[in-house]
Amino acid sequence: MSEVKRKITREEFLWTAVKSTALVALGAAGYGVFNKASTGLVRKRDLLDRKKTGKQNFSMAIDIEKCIGCGLCVEACSKENNVPADHYRTWIERYVIKKDGTVLIESPQGGMHGFSDDVHEEDVERAFFVPKLCNQCEHSPCTQVCPVGATFNSEEGVVLVDYDYCIGCRYCIQACPYGSRFWNPVKKTADKCTLCYHRIMNGQLPACVEVCPTGARIFGDLSDPESPVSKFTKENQTMALKPHLQTGAKVAYKGLSKEVV
Amino acid sequence: MFTLLQTASSSFGYILPNEAELQWSVLIVLYPYLTGLVAGAFILASLVRVFNAEAVKPTYRLALLTALAFLICAPLPLVSHLGHPERGYEIMMTPHTSSAMAMFGYVYLWYLLVVLLLEVWFDYRKDIVLMGQRSTGLMKVVYNALALGLKDISEKSLAFDERAGRFLTIIGIPSAVLLHGYVGFIFGSIKGNPWWSSVLMPVIFLLSAIVSGIAMVLLLYVVTSNWRKKQIDVRCVSAVGRYLMFALIFDLTLEMLDITHRIYEAGEWLEILKLLSSGHLIETMFIGQIFIGAVVPLVALAIMQAAKMSDREKVWAHSVCSVLVLLGVLLMRWNVVIGGQLFSKTLSGLTTYRLELVGAEGILAAIAILALPFVILWVLVKLLPPWDDDSKTRIQMAK
Repeated sequence: MSEVKRKITREEFLWTAVKSTALVALGAAGYGVFNKASTGLVRKRDLLDRKKTGKQNFSMAIDIEKCIGCGLCVEACSKENNVPADHYRTWIERYVIKKDGTVLIESPQGGMHGFSDDVHEEDVERAFFVPKLCNQCEHSPCTQVCPVGATFNSEEGVVLVDYDYCIGCRYCIQACPYGSRFWNPVKKTADKCTLCYHRIMNGQLPACVEVCPTGARIFGDLSDPESPVSKFTKENQTMALKPHLQTGAKVAYKGLSKEVV
Repeated sequence: MFTLLQTASSSFGYILPNEAELQWSVLIVLYPYLTGLVAGAFILASLVRVFNAEAVKPTYRLALLTALAFLICAPLPLVSHLGHPERGYEIMMTPHTSSAMAMFGYVYLWYLLVVLLLEVWFDYRKDIVLMGQRSTGLMKVVYNALALGLKDISEKSLAFDERAGRFLTIIGIPSAVLLHGYVGFIFGSIKGNPWWSSVLMPVIFLLSAIVSGIAMVLLLYVVTSNWRKKQIDVRCVSAVGRYLMFALIFDLTLEMLDITHRIYEAGEWLEILKLLSSGHLIETMFIGQIFIGAVVPLVALAIMQAAKMSDREKVWAHSVCSVLVLLGVLLMRWNVVIGGQLFSKTLSGLTTYRLELVGAEGILAAIAILALPFVILWVLVKLLPPWDDDSKTRIQMAK
């Protein structure tokens, strides 16, 4: 009899162990749901159906032929968003295709202070500038990999980082195929272009768009057919960067050359 | 000494402005190395329990304790690498379901609490009870606490322990595969990085994990036996060596398949990956990981199957092979983690990684993290002697 009793105790012990593990797991999950629900910021993992919500879908287009590589946009971005030195939310690349076929690509300090005349003019076949920024992908690899959902596609089509929530694992920086994300050594989190979310939500233009002297950056709401960006993409042949990766990159480039990486 | 671990200092071509600094340091190299040793050691232990590989039995308990010691340390490099370690628990509180990394907390806890701790407990319960009876003072309290109040060591009760342990081992095998396979998936699923993006990545990670775990247990068995001045069971060493050889064959085959496939497929990334592996990674990959760390030990192990050698020579040769394999797998982790960050995502330039000596992510920190599991293992071995000879005599003494 005592044998039987002991055995039951053992089984009971095991069951208790199983049950308490399940309880702890449930508790953790419950806390997670509560934690999320109680946070002010809405963390959207998927884009909302904008037709239903009437929300904007902000984006940018780049007219490569208009960019003169002055670097004002990079500087304005850096100041507007307190971007730490040697890190870039936006940058300009200069492509020099030489007569011998070689391609020189550079972006000294993100092109913030312009570019030097170090290539002999007679060697140059053609040259152009390509401003780059976060492509605000519809299927962003960075938000997919974030282990806590600290980075997300906002309702307005902007990929944002919740700096109070990011644990700083840097997986998103690895996952971004465009090098648009960087490690913010001050915040100790991932950081990136927000299309100046704080400005655009107040009806202003992103800092880089505002200062561009040639109108190479076109900003607007893609869900509004009359917005400058909608008109520009309708009237011109544009292309996204690395389309084969199927990231749904929204930033549209006019005049993209095959040399662009 | 550092030339092997240090990549060439010159960068080449165009790298994006944000790519000037590498994101994942040597600490992230250690993470897959540590979990790999856990998975490998556990799978070796499971050979005894599930597949009744009698010859490797002397390593069974040592393998379990090795897995436990390394598992306890596995999150250390990850957590210390986080920008906000104090928020690390969010990975379990609010896991993002589409993220491979979000699985970490759950897989880790499952493996630690449900598989390893329970299995060790069931396996050692009789010993714990007997040692509790035998010891006095603080140790008596410790052993009594470890027994969790279940001190029945009747035959029936022990038979239950045996069944439970076997059941846990059976659950443990897929769990070990999950524990390490998902680490490979973290890298393999990054489509923006051609060095990582491969469906073979989790499988290669797993096989190299098994290889490293077997080698580690073999080496620990030889070293601890010598330390304790006990006779080494050469039949056991040879048997473990044979498993090591088979695992190594599968591992090397898949790694070669991966390389061959990439070269043959010749995607847009071929040129930059060629430059990477022929320049920055030539020492760590072709010389270290593949030749010294895999081909040499594989050939040696194969020769040992047929060659006539004295017991002493056999033990020595197996130990040297294990050391080479352990080095090779560490370099494999290095080549994946660091190698995948040495070229620009534009595929038009290479960058460099400079390993510092001191600092939170330097060589010394890495060595400390690598040494810690051995300290924990030492404590575990003191507390729960894994030796066949010792436990027998102790139990007899207690009786």
